[in-house]
Amino acid sequence: MTISATRDSTTAPDRPLLDVHALKIAFPSEHGVARAVDGVSFTVSRGESVCVVGESGCGKSLTALSLLRLVPPPGRIESGSRITFDGADILTLDDERLRDIRGQHMAMIFQEPMTALNPVLTVGDQIAEVLRVHTTLSRQETWARTVDMLAQVGIADAGARAKQYPHELSGGMRQRVMIAMALIMSPKLVIADEPTTALDVTIQAQILELLRDLRARTGMALLLITHDLGVVAEMASRVIVMYAGRVVEEADVEDLFAAPSHPYTEGLLAAIPKLGQEEERLQTISGSVPPPTALPSGCTFRDRCPYAFARCATEEPALLQVGSAHRARCHLVEEPARRAVRHDVVRT
Amino acid sequence: MSATPLLEVRNLTKHFPIRTGLLQRVTGAVKAVDGVSFDVHAGETLALVGESGCGKTTTGRSILRLIEPTSGTVRFDGTDVLALRGETLRRMRRRMQIIFQDPYGSLNPRMTVGAAIREGLIVHGLAEGSAADRRVATLLDEVGLRPEYAARYPHEFSGGQRQRIGIARALAVEPSFIVCDEPVSALDVSVQAQVVNLLRDLQRERGLSYLFIAHDLAVVAHMADRVAVMYLGRIVELAPRRTIFSTPLMPYTQALLSAVPVPDPTAKRQRILLPGDPPSPANPPSGCVFHPRCPNPLKDAECTRVVPPLEEKSRGHFVACIKQPLLHPSSHAS
Repeated sequence: MTISATRDSTTAPDRPLLDVHALKIAFPSEHGVARAVDGVSFTVSRGESVCVVGESGCGKSLTALSLLRLVPPPGRIESGSRITFDGADILTLDDERLRDIRGQHMAMIFQEPMTALNPVLTVGDQIAEVLRVHTTLSRQETWARTVDMLAQVGIADAGARAKQYPHELSGGMRQRVMIAMALIMSPKLVIADEPTTALDVTIQAQILELLRDLRARTGMALLLITHDLGVVAEMASRVIVMYAGRVVEEADVEDLFAAPSHPYTEGLLAAIPKLGQEEERLQTISGSVPPPTALPSGCTFRDRCPYAFARCATEEPALLQVGSAHRARCHLVEEPARRAVRHDVVRT
Repeated sequence: MSATPLLEVRNLTKHFPIRTGLLQRVTGAVKAVDGVSFDVHAGETLALVGESGCGKTTTGRSILRLIEPTSGTVRFDGTDVLALRGETLRRMRRRMQIIFQDPYGSLNPRMTVGAAIREGLIVHGLAEGSAADRRVATLLDEVGLRPEYAARYPHEFSGGQRQRIGIARALAVEPSFIVCDEPVSALDVSVQAQVVNLLRDLQRERGLSYLFIAHDLAVVAHMADRVAVMYLGRIVELAPRRTIFSTPLMPYTQALLSAVPVPDPTAKRQRILLPGDPPSPANPPSGCVFHPRCPNPLKDAECTRVVPPLEEKSRGHFVACIKQPLLHPSSHAS
């Protein structure tokens, strides 16, 4: 890690580890430029566990990729966006310094380990590669650390497993390998993009338990991207809800589940089927997420919102303060009486 | 549940051959489905749950003969489905339909939605010409889509809308039984709830029976009348919905239920973490297929030898575990 970044962070210990400010990501499309992420701001403190939750197309995965400057072309991060990690300005770093940060201080775990792992290298070699790039350890030390890391992520018989290829491992084991690779340099921040979505529920339980345990042991911060509110409830201390490329609500996890402020969050929580609460009908949110090229005017959620009123069509709400650590992008925060008027949304 | 069931499945088995070597000799078999028996009654939803590779999808497709089962019997409304050939099989298919997980993959991208729905009407001689058009419009309306969508192509629709189209297409031929193969797994939460409600409404209006294949237990809790849990090609537990969620008897079912993340940050988790991964169905463990991962303290050498039969331990509650005592022995099976 370069000196200036470390110095910045030591001189300002209160500064968040990650600070994303006014992030905008645009994609050219046949219907004009699609702004898939539009003005996203949030922070992650040292050791904190933050979940970004939203449905497909809300921009959560792109946001995660942008943190390591991995937005796939032709997508691009627009000017005015700022990402500060541990004092370093990610978007203006040269490639060498960016490489230093990637893998060493900020690491990523992807949804599908089979496509993220190299099929022609043994899993041990792939983890050892990270050490070869970032350290000057001897071959023996590198291999010993690799095997030790595999054991730490709960892989039995790690020495033998290290010599196997990704296709020889189960999905859950491959995800453990990905986690071992992400954690081998003891990063300050791990970004996990839907790390358990491709896994069965009993294996998901194992992996979530592992992530929780590793976080407690290493003090790393975790930014977990998910669509599953059950996973959020188990993993997050703070939650960021995204809809149509924007942050629509942000709160501590207990607050968010107990008193959701944005109608979208409220709708999502009501729509999830719950064990032990098998009522006849599920609550629904009418319609579906609009594509970024066809967003409604004003509030992007208004044509699915049961509380929408005239102002919602003309004025996009700001992210307004609901409580000390709770914000929502909704006019209802300023006009709470409107919540009493709930109307059915016309079917599309 | 005393009347004759609409669908009776007995000892259904599907083994896929494993071929190796230059001569592609059969050297083994993947026992995807290994002796599965259950009933589905008229108007009922039986959920088939389990993790990937447990055989739930193969079971569903074998019943419809989209995959030819290796052995077993399937009786639908008194008819032996596995004995049907040609025209008689085609006629039976009108009454047994399927809805797939990925409606996009199952819709022809070059066919308008209207044409896709019409196809079944024409093939089965149910309607033609303007009568078929009217029928298509009614079906689209019933699944919550605008009738004018008939002229559009599948790619113009969102995932939830495509699933509605898949449902309309299945309903077109007026089936009495539908295999729903993970119908909401690919959908976002807000849309998933819409489709779950739609399936329930249609069932009530038309008296449909569903075999609801799913891995999401919370969705099953909202859909099913009875639940069958599969593990490695076998049903290990089968019970009415309330029973399975309140008093699961198989350690596997207990672990599966405890693994579901609870969307409540204040909830206390009492999780049973199973060690390891499910074994390969090409080489299943001897005796009880679950024994290598079973946390039951009563587990012993017998479990590695004896294949546990699916027994009725209390009324309507079937369990495949030799360490589970009979609670209310019942004279009749299934």
